[in-house]
Amino acid sequence: MIEVRQLRKSFGPQLILAGVDLRIESGESAVIIGRSGGGKSVLIKHLIGLLQPDAGEVFVDGDRITQMNERQLLRVRRKFGMVFQGAALFDSMTVAENVAFGLRRHEHFTEGEVQKRVEAALDMVDLPGTQKKKPAELSGGMRKRVGLARAIIYEPQIMLYDEPTTGLDPIVSDSIDQLIIRVRDQLKVTSVVVTHDMRSARRVGHHVFMLHNKQVYAHGAPEALFASQDAVVRQFIDGVADAKEIEF
Amino acid sequence: MNFLAQTWVGVWLAGLGRIAVMSRDAVASCLTFKASRRDLYYQIYFIGIKSQGVVLVTGAFTGTLGVVAVAMCDELGPVLTSLMVAGRVGAAIAAELGTMRVTEQIDALRTLATHPIDYLVVPRLLASMIALPLLTVESIALGIGSGYLVGVQLLGIDPIYLWFNMLKYTTDIDVEFGLIKSFVYGGIIALIGCYKGLTCGMGAEGVGRATTEAVVYSSITILITNFFLTLVLQRIAIMLL
Repeated sequence: MIEVRQLRKSFGPQLILAGVDLRIESGESAVIIGRSGGGKSVLIKHLIGLLQPDAGEVFVDGDRITQMNERQLLRVRRKFGMVFQGAALFDSMTVAENVAFGLRRHEHFTEGEVQKRVEAALDMVDLPGTQKKKPAELSGGMRKRVGLARAIIYEPQIMLYDEPTTGLDPIVSDSIDQLIIRVRDQLKVTSVVVTHDMRSARRVGHHVFMLHNKQVYAHGAPEALFASQDAVVRQFIDGVADAKEIEF
Repeated sequence: MNFLAQTWVGVWLAGLGRIAVMSRDAVASCLTFKASRRDLYYQIYFIGIKSQGVVLVTGAFTGTLGVVAVAMCDELGPVLTSLMVAGRVGAAIAAELGTMRVTEQIDALRTLATHPIDYLVVPRLLASMIALPLLTVESIALGIGSGYLVGVQLLGIDPIYLWFNMLKYTTDIDVEFGLIKSFVYGGIIALIGCYKGLTCGMGAEGVGRATTEAVVYSSITILITNFFLTLVLQRIAIMLL
């Protein structure tokens, strides 16, 4: 279970989050939507302790991670897997070395077992036989899948996805959505997906949180939120720009 | 106090504090053997073997200037070798870690429950502190060798006279000073390179600036440290002898 209480964060004079509250139950798939630059990625980075808030608290399975130092956080992070917006693959390593990274650092498997697990993880993300490729040889969608394989290989309890479909064509986006659903259902993980792709939000979420004006503006089941008649929610879901935003 | 924090003095002091904290964490990590041996060996190869060209040329041509062996051992050998390695290795470390930072690879490491100090800083720090004294010895030997060649072959100095006086005025302690200094400078190069890379600004401009600053700051720090280290080591030598 992840709980965020009154989270505030600024970068210099710019306030990004102004008292965010949310609660994600174990096994639930939560989607955080909101406009670009609205603080979604900042929020998800607080959930895993990559950023420390100016005020407020984050609890993961009852542990207050906002009180922890970097070494204590390493223990908590073993529960997490994270897929980054730009995949964040280690570019000096091959695909197999990237995927095996977590296993080689923390688990004591034989080389044969590591290879077997890497193969299984790459099969799960539909990328068999790519072990020897370098990240530079992969397309954007393939990189995100490798990032996903790297995150799921040590079977985390919580998966975080930072804009997993941004910059991908609709067909590749669809395949990434299906992978997120497959990982959620097969590995029984808690998922938190940050996106501004409405189709993706509707498909992968059990619960949708909408960030607006630096706070959670609305939340609920996808069907309820997408049927909302609230003007702000409607505008975002329908993707309608304000008149002043289209003046040149 | 808030006013002071916003001035360049405050920013400078905050930077010093951060590098001190990073150094403390790196030393603590060294003592608990958290770094992988494979990464350490690779960094020794990168810093030591790959710097051969730079160090050989520096050592050989410093010696040809007719520098006496004692100066080569405890001043020019360690300082010039370190400055050249700072230009090559310090810049490479800052650029590599800076690029990792702007492409979120450092964050990815942290999400994979790996401390960047253990995985990135410690192997580079240890490798630099191991490789620099070895490179310095190589540079000193080449400098003395080339000085001998120039003295004997070009200037017509009697080889026995040259060798006798070199051994007379150069003592073990000069070589030890050089090794201690290069060990310290190795630490400076790695720590400043890692710090600049791990804290670099976003984008290509941030990486470029971090790389430049890593070379400039480590060179200046080596020169300043050399002055104080020479004073301290000479005092210690006087006390011991």
